[in-house]
Amino acid sequence: MRRATSPEAPEVSAIATTARSRLPFDKLGVLIAAMAGSAAFLPFATFRVNRIVLGEGRALFAALPFGEAAFLAIAIAAGIVLAVSKTPARWRLAVSLAILVALCVAIGHASTFLTPPGDRMARVSPGSGFWLSIFAFALLAADAIVRLKLAPIVRIGILAAVALFLALLLASGTLSDLSILREYANRGDTFWREARTHLALALGSLAVAVVAGVPLGIVLHGRRGWRAPVLSVLNVIQTIPSLALFGLLIAPLAWLAANVPLAAALGISGIGAAPAMVALFAYSLLPVVANTVVGLDNVPPAADDAARGMGMTDWQRLVGVQLPLSFPVILTSIRIVLVQNIGLATVAALIGAGGLGVFVFQGIGQSAMDLVLLGAVPTVALAFVAAVVLDATVEMASTRSARRGRD
Amino acid sequence: MVEIDDLTKDYAARRVVDGVSFTVGDGEIAAVVGPSGSGKTTLLRMINRLIEPSSGSVRIDGKDTRAVPPHVLRRGIGYAIQGYGLFPHRTVAQNIATVPRLMGWARARIDARVDALLDLFQLPAAEFRHRMPNSLSGGQQQRVGVARALAAEPNVLLMDEPFGALDPIIRTKAQSDLLAIQRRFGTTIIVVTHDIEEAIHLGSRIAVLDAGKLVQYATPADVIARPATPLVAELIGGDRPFRLLSLGKVVDLVEAGPASGEPIRADASLRDAYAELLWTRRDVLPVIDATGTVVGRIRRDAITVRAGAPS
Repeated sequence: MRRATSPEAPEVSAIATTARSRLPFDKLGVLIAAMAGSAAFLPFATFRVNRIVLGEGRALFAALPFGEAAFLAIAIAAGIVLAVSKTPARWRLAVSLAILVALCVAIGHASTFLTPPGDRMARVSPGSGFWLSIFAFALLAADAIVRLKLAPIVRIGILAAVALFLALLLASGTLSDLSILREYANRGDTFWREARTHLALALGSLAVAVVAGVPLGIVLHGRRGWRAPVLSVLNVIQTIPSLALFGLLIAPLAWLAANVPLAAALGISGIGAAPAMVALFAYSLLPVVANTVVGLDNVPPAADDAARGMGMTDWQRLVGVQLPLSFPVILTSIRIVLVQNIGLATVAALIGAGGLGVFVFQGIGQSAMDLVLLGAVPTVALAFVAAVVLDATVEMASTRSARRGRD
Repeated sequence: MVEIDDLTKDYAARRVVDGVSFTVGDGEIAAVVGPSGSGKTTLLRMINRLIEPSSGSVRIDGKDTRAVPPHVLRRGIGYAIQGYGLFPHRTVAQNIATVPRLMGWARARIDARVDALLDLFQLPAAEFRHRMPNSLSGGQQQRVGVARALAAEPNVLLMDEPFGALDPIIRTKAQSDLLAIQRRFGTTIIVVTHDIEEAIHLGSRIAVLDAGKLVQYATPADVIARPATPLVAELIGGDRPFRLLSLGKVVDLVEAGPASGEPIRADASLRDAYAELLWTRRDVLPVIDATGTVVGRIRRDAITVRAGAPS
């Protein structure tokens, strides 16, 4: 029986592999091509006579001088062919980054091309075709980076290069006629102030959550009976919608400010930074506490026993063995919390805490989408940078011992 | 010297270790054996107070273990366990230096001690000092674990199934290495094992535990020849004559006289000699010493007499 079937099995799988490798196209590439292809039928830029009227779409060839539009169209077509066919990841990364650069420069040129000379009221903003193309080729680049299995430090290097390129592009004035930068030009000072507030809210609440959450996790690790109740409470907090939690905190903090002189002296009040910090802190606790507990639980029992058996005190064991070994897991929670807080801090603008959300809500109030973008784009960029940098750090922390072992 | 006196441990209603008393003399190896659940690990962990006894006492070199705080006590006692428990985030050298650092030794003294131990355990210091534990083989990790346990020159070493995860060939080598190092330092060792073969090979005395009680504490020869209870007899199993022979050396039975064929070394066990006689269908074997010089012969009849039950 075995003799009959065993020579057959590898044959069948060999056929399957050749069939798979004979597939003439890349699966994700087809999706990317579909997105980039359909983007050609969507407006590349949107033109409005002023910042609040409804815009009219402009196709690629209407938004740019013919030569430049043709160049971009050919580049995108080449990118689509490359994405669909089976090509080395290195090529896919290089070409997708080049197309992203071309798209960014082109949208700047389109805004200058579409704005009548001397007109300060007209607004040109990126159209849905532009956004879809950017998304498609960013996906292609991200996929290529994953396939290349780049070292964490190289990924941070690529991120820094992209950031530097964007900074140079912004400083060069190529994008100055774009609506979002027109809004920025009107609010230069407040933009940086709100950006700083935004970071202070996100990082400050994270810092407090780590300072409080890691010790709480350590305590829960030692007392199994307390685990379920404490983690349930933190879980319930996570389920409260952010806007509701911000609102719920107004009353108690206002009472505190009115009745405790010290609280008022510290600047605590019902609205503003205090309730925002408290709410962001409350959201941050669950990931930090839960991951600290899990990280400590996963310390190899033999290493822990050896540490005790060799005469380490509880404190020496915690600092020298348990925390270093659970560090990658705790760092993962910091990544989750930071990205989450950068997003949630936007909502804090509603209770007067400031931050980039200020522009989002002002923009909604004035139906000025450019202003919404001025708040939203930097928020997304911040969250993205935080995610990439911390992912790379987590990877470095967890492979550190393995890499040192190979030296 | 380790004196264990009426040591008892109760968990709720269950008595895990029940009034165990025995003494391990200086430089002796006590092998603690017993079926699983017999309380041998609990007994071992009460010696360095990883588990506090319910009653009874332990004296090391005449000093009650309760006279000092537990962590200070443990720094003075070597501790090696199954799975080794190496710290994965620290280098081999840092692992071995753990207890000397806790005791505040000077840097230079620690470095010298680490290098000496690495060489002693056949792990060339230059090559292994900076390696991480996960880059070592199982046998190498085991040696680092024992080197770490001996780093602060303890008089007493506790071991819990230290060779349990090794394959048979490496295990035999590790046992011989341990014996050689024990002879060199004169360390008193208490080793827990479930393997009676290992206990006979390592132990100067064997302590047999059954359901928390010490049922026999005697030399390996005594345990094999006169098992105190049916359980001990069962542990020893049917091949008692061969276990007895494995305790003796060829040198014990060497006599003058002629013999031919492949010789056997004087330091081989009687069991190996007997196996060689049976396998090559001979009645006598020439015996050589470590330098290869023939020192006499050994007869099958002489070995057979040694394999029988004592009268």
